[in-house]
Amino acid sequence: MATKLIKNAVGRMVPDKINGQKVTPYKGVGKYRPTGRKFAPKIASCADYPLDGNKLVPTLKKALIKAGLKDGMTISTHHHFRNGDLVANMIFKIAHEMGIKDLVWFPSASFPCQEGMIEYMKAGTIHHIEGSMNGPLGKFASQGKMKGVGVLRSHGGRYQAVQDGEVQIDIAVIAAPTADPFGNANGVNGSSACGLLGFALADSQYADKVIVVTDNLVPFPCIPWQIHGNYIDYVVKIDQVGIPEKIVSGTTQITKSPDRLHIAELTAQFCEEAELIKDGFSFQAGAGGTALSIGIYFGEIMRRKGIKAAFARGGSNKYLVDMLEEGLVGYILDGQTFDLDGVRSMRDNPRHVNTSPFTSYNYHGKGNFAGILDIVILGATEVDVNFNANVVTHSDGYLLHGIGGWQNCLFGKNVILPIPLFRDRIPVIRDEVTTICGPGELIDIIVTERGIAINPLRKDLIKKMKNSKLPIKTIQELKEEAERICGKPKAIEFEEKIIAAIKWVDGTVIDVVKKVKE
Amino acid sequence: MAKIAQTGEHGDNVRSDCRVTLELKRTGGIKIDVISKVKVLFGDQILKLCKDVLKFFEIKNAVMKIEDTGALDYIIAARIEAAVKQLLKTDKEYLLPIIPENKFQTEKDRNRRSRLYLPGNTPKLALNAGIHNPDGIILDLEDSVAPAKKPEARFLVRNGLRTVNFYGAERMVRINQLPMGLEDLEYIVQHNVNLILLPKCESAKQVKEVNDKIKKLNKSKRKIWLMPIIESALGVINSYEIAVSENVVSLAIGLEDYTADIGTQRTAEGKETFFARCQVVNAARAAKIQPIDSVFSDVSDMEALKQNVLTSKSLGFDGMGCIHPRQIPVIHEYFAPDDKEIDKAKKIVNAFIIATEKGLGVVSLGSKMIDPPVVKRAQKTIEQAIEVGKLDSDWRKNYGN
Repeated sequence: MATKLIKNAVGRMVPDKINGQKVTPYKGVGKYRPTGRKFAPKIASCADYPLDGNKLVPTLKKALIKAGLKDGMTISTHHHFRNGDLVANMIFKIAHEMGIKDLVWFPSASFPCQEGMIEYMKAGTIHHIEGSMNGPLGKFASQGKMKGVGVLRSHGGRYQAVQDGEVQIDIAVIAAPTADPFGNANGVNGSSACGLLGFALADSQYADKVIVVTDNLVPFPCIPWQIHGNYIDYVVKIDQVGIPEKIVSGTTQITKSPDRLHIAELTAQFCEEAELIKDGFSFQAGAGGTALSIGIYFGEIMRRKGIKAAFARGGSNKYLVDMLEEGLVGYILDGQTFDLDGVRSMRDNPRHVNTSPFTSYNYHGKGNFAGILDIVILGATEVDVNFNANVVTHSDGYLLHGIGGWQNCLFGKNVILPIPLFRDRIPVIRDEVTTICGPGELIDIIVTERGIAINPLRKDLIKKMKNSKLPIKTIQELKEEAERICGKPKAIEFEEKIIAAIKWVDGTVIDVVKKVKE
Repeated sequence: MAKIAQTGEHGDNVRSDCRVTLELKRTGGIKIDVISKVKVLFGDQILKLCKDVLKFFEIKNAVMKIEDTGALDYIIAARIEAAVKQLLKTDKEYLLPIIPENKFQTEKDRNRRSRLYLPGNTPKLALNAGIHNPDGIILDLEDSVAPAKKPEARFLVRNGLRTVNFYGAERMVRINQLPMGLEDLEYIVQHNVNLILLPKCESAKQVKEVNDKIKKLNKSKRKIWLMPIIESALGVINSYEIAVSENVVSLAIGLEDYTADIGTQRTAEGKETFFARCQVVNAARAAKIQPIDSVFSDVSDMEALKQNVLTSKSLGFDGMGCIHPRQIPVIHEYFAPDDKEIDKAKKIVNAFIIATEKGLGVVSLGSKMIDPPVVKRAQKTIEQAIEVGKLDSDWRKNYGN
């Protein structure tokens, strides 16, 4: 049956099927209620596993063959090694050499180091990617060269998709900095230490076959066991799973750009004046240069006021760890670790807690803690006059970023996007965003270097900031200011072909990305 | 004249600029190749602008290439005009409208605590300079521009004066040393510049030359203030005659060149420049204008900057230059009046307001009469204190309660 296009609740035309699978169009925040039961993996029996607990297999290739690697399977990996990952490329190189076709790669995120996947897509080894597509991968997909349609999900949405059975993983390969022969694994020890392995939790729980790959094999028990050996089929020891200096290469430098520092300062001042920074509050600040600086300013405010935060949500790094150790924050609830200070702190400090997309972000659970956060700082490539925001495509239409935890964090109490009003002449605030990744009703405050816009839905904040000396403007005013400086950009044209779908946190389709016209 | 001209900048680290390569031809019409980071969104607009500028200069046959990294129209126009003028002689100027926000004039004694230097040929730094709220923005044609780039910087500075919103900062240009500086004036005087800095100024005669040329060019008769910079031993000696020259509102000192001129090196302690700084303060105060200190060049050391500002203020300076936006808040905070000064100013201003309300001609505080200049100074102190957040704007509501 042909694919039908349906207008969803944010007015975008989305298909009813993606890669032949039926999908639900986005219905609004909290409007879609799933029924039925969670996906269940097969029942296993200890009788099928070595009694001595030794699940070692000599090579990754042998493990993949034992796991039954064949055409059309879905293979998952995690991205805790960030741009230092070596394992994902190995898997598809093996599959390619074996002549396997039409695999679906299901990473929790992709990085530039995985550019090599383009060759495997061209060769037919990989049919499509369900995960973020950045840089060269994004360009390849945006040019319509991928065989299937890409699917982008948030971190929480990925857990939801696996849990609900939307994505059924045939083989999960979990690269681990440390593991034992039984398959217990963690990210805090070993030369490739990356902190935690939370993104691989769903994969371990729900995949048909699970392979742990490590370069630091320790005798049982591998403690802490962030990944439980009871989920694991095979363990492989290889020479190197990742390049340490690239694993902890997230944006861990405070910005030196005076313009970004200015935005960070305005954000912190806003939070203080709006009384969002109070004793026992909580905040999330990402790893970008501006977000890091905001964390530093928060620290200054807390010190001055003699208050502390109950907890901070990481992405952890040196700056957040310093705040934890100084006693400015009670706990770090960490989703991914960006530097070695983060890794050390997670290993040694019981108040630095590893979390997974299940505990923090899964929308199809009995609550998640994203909604408990008082202040959430996020980025965006574009925001429209209704506060809808885009994080995945560049204004020229190319896929540029993954969603990460962005959609999930929108459920925080005060969601702030500190963004420049324009980048290289391209206005960030637009009449319409290229791709809607998050509905405006969840986005509260836009902070730019030339003014701060509060969502009209937040009457409480507007009232509170009525007499503020901060440059509070309407979003329309900000948009016009940007266009006065830059000129009004021309609307970009796309071809009809859909190259990727953007899932909302509940698995519905909030928007699609089309092939760019070149 | 040359056959091919190239202006502007292009490269991996260049943003908000463009490189223009222009070749005039005898036949073949106009061929324009736009290579731009923002082509999908602004390609048509850029092409239209290119055609407009070439048409304005009556060029009918040419091959032009624009390599753009997100330059705004005023930048592209300046780059093309500079290229055109390398290839042919014309008196025409391609001018974009002056934005309404840039039509203001400035007062003689406005705050000049911070003035932010921006290299005149680097457009990306100018776009957001105003958001950092300096008292003045200097579009520099002198030391921060490479000699070969000076001609094209003039077009960029001219267009910037007309079209970039600096959010109320006084719009200043540092021209080159004379005689080149006199030529620079042709590109700025009629474009709403508020103040011109004269580098390495050594005599009243030089100031007069500048004033004369401005008068000749300044058809709108708008006020254009001058800030001579004293940067040599001779300049220090002649500082008073310079300070009392027409239109001079501030006297600045530049210590890098000065120390070289007297045959020594600049130290953190600053003993070697003590005399010159005192002399400039004294000359400026005698002429009833503002003495302005040199820049502080270590942009990463805010603590040292703070100490520098406090020293500067204690010597009698009213402000200093800055070379990085992060220096601005530090300069404003520490040039601002301290608590003692604010208390004194509050007493005086309060007495003045009461006297005015009562219709008294004379302001007195206790048994002391207060002269009008003292009142004015106190009012300024209060203004500055409010501006940096040391005093509420409605401070009098609870004053004396």
